Amino acid sequence: MTLQSSRFVANHVKDLPRSGIRDFFAVVSDMPQAISLGIGEPDFVTPWHVREAAVFALEKGRTSYTDNLGLLRLRKAISSYVQSSFGVEYDPEDEVLVTVGVSEALDLALRAFVNPGEKVLYHQPCYVSYDPSIVLVHGKALGAATSARNDFALAPAALEDAWEEGCKALILNFPTNPTGGVADKSTLERIARFAVEKDLLVLSDEIYAELTFDGEHCSIASLPGMKDRVIFLHGFSKAFAMTGFRIGYACGPSELIEAMMKVHQYSMMCAPILSQEAALEALLNGRESVLRMKEQYLRRRDYLVRRFNEIGLPCHSPGGSFYAFPNVAATGLDEIEFAHRLLREREVAVVPGSAFGEAGKDHVRASFSTSYIQLQQASDRISRFMDSLGHSSGSMEGVG
Amino acid sequence: MSSVLQLLLEGECLETHQMADVLGMDEAAVTEELERLKDEKILLGWRPVFNPAEVEDDQVRAVIEVKISPEREGGFDRLSLRISRFDEVESCYLMSGGYDLLVIVAGKNLRTVASFVSERLATIEGVLSTATHFLLRAYKEQRHLLVEEGSASDKPAISP
Repeated sequence: MTLQSSRFVANHVKDLPRSGIRDFFAVVSDMPQAISLGIGEPDFVTPWHVREAAVFALEKGRTSYTDNLGLLRLRKAISSYVQSSFGVEYDPEDEVLVTVGVSEALDLALRAFVNPGEKVLYHQPCYVSYDPSIVLVHGKALGAATSARNDFALAPAALEDAWEEGCKALILNFPTNPTGGVADKSTLERIARFAVEKDLLVLSDEIYAELTFDGEHCSIASLPGMKDRVIFLHGFSKAFAMTGFRIGYACGPSELIEAMMKVHQYSMMCAPILSQEAALEALLNGRESVLRMKEQYLRRRDYLVRRFNEIGLPCHSPGGSFYAFPNVAATGLDEIEFAHRLLREREVAVVPGSAFGEAGKDHVRASFSTSYIQLQQASDRISRFMDSLGHSSGSMEGVG
Repeated sequence: MSSVLQLLLEGECLETHQMADVLGMDEAAVTEELERLKDEKILLGWRPVFNPAEVEDDQVRAVIEVKISPEREGGFDRLSLRISRFDEVESCYLMSGGYDLLVIVAGKNLRTVASFVSERLATIEGVLSTATHFLLRAYKEQRHLLVEEGSASDKPAISP
């Protein structure tokens, strides 16, 4: 971009940092032969019956707009799914909004609820878009750090510390990308008490809920008295392996869904109808494939976590998601150098934890959404990489 | 279901030491578990799955619908086993519906299969009729789809 034309870019966008993932992506793109543990999506192809439903809809000429809220039959299916899986009842008529992925739903919520200058609290490390999405609505992001010391669970005390006067909303994401952190019911109850005390609206991104390995997933929306202040955000990308369909939803009190719908109708109109048709099929007939995929993720998790710990990269066992988040500090390298050297020297791609916020420093995110063979090869290569670090420091001593 | 069996069912072709690695078990323990599965006839054996169109010693395969008369003692079992024992028979299933046995037969050419049916199968006492259908093309073999799925090359190597 020339100096001339850059003057058109809005200040708050100009100031927005590029995603750390974006930078690293450029490097990995030059090495197509590398084993990538950097992929934030399922390695399973969308189950055929779901793809077939989209094809059928296309054949039937279902290519129109839909209701701004989404197809009513999909909203009904979402409502009954959310009730049976999460124990919260939402009226499909006016408490469910179908969106273009959870990303759009979160953006809509921030635009609908946050006035310029208001603050939004979230926990770190976290999905890359939270902070920028808050900045884009001229809000102020307040990050509450989680740490490996307690498996990246969110301590309510950390929220207290990060909270500031003028805070309007709290974003939660359990299980968490990138740490796999989860929150059990008692933790959520304490977070809920905090939200009530500070009168916060809670935006709960539960996209990895079905991929909870240890214990039962609990939604904060299901806790007594919380439904009125929670926007439940969910979608099909992760559990149903439907990332490219870009389809998600928001559930909440009708006045709040109405406000989000207003933004949605002027910006997006509606989610693509073919994706909505596919989503409906996934909800009606896809739960078994979710369970099958989850079982495989669980075995891969146990394997990768064990290998990291054996190799000498301390790694907690993620309670959910498909990410391991080992600590690389023992190597003497920071996470960015570690990731770059591992890629250059051993052709394995992992994502530096700092791409997910300050609190991700000293860690890397390694996705176990890939085959055993790839996980084994990647682990072996990381192990050799660690050996070579040891050797090189040894030889330096020799030289000294 | 044992973890070894689950791993086998996932369909990734892992060697014993790789299975041991994935499951965090001793290789000996995996071998022992495989032996147990074989002993108990849960795991019947290993066969490679070929793309029929690409195999050099291309065989002709036929699906044969067989009607047989059940017997006073043993029902369909005696005749079904008698048919199953032929080397030409790859699989044999008792079916509900318009016929009794579905027999999958392989031979080196059309004539071998035809003579197996007319000379061996159809002449067995108790076999009432046969209807032979030759396989023309395989689209899916043992859960392996034989057409290219969309390439993964569009998938970014790093994503948030």
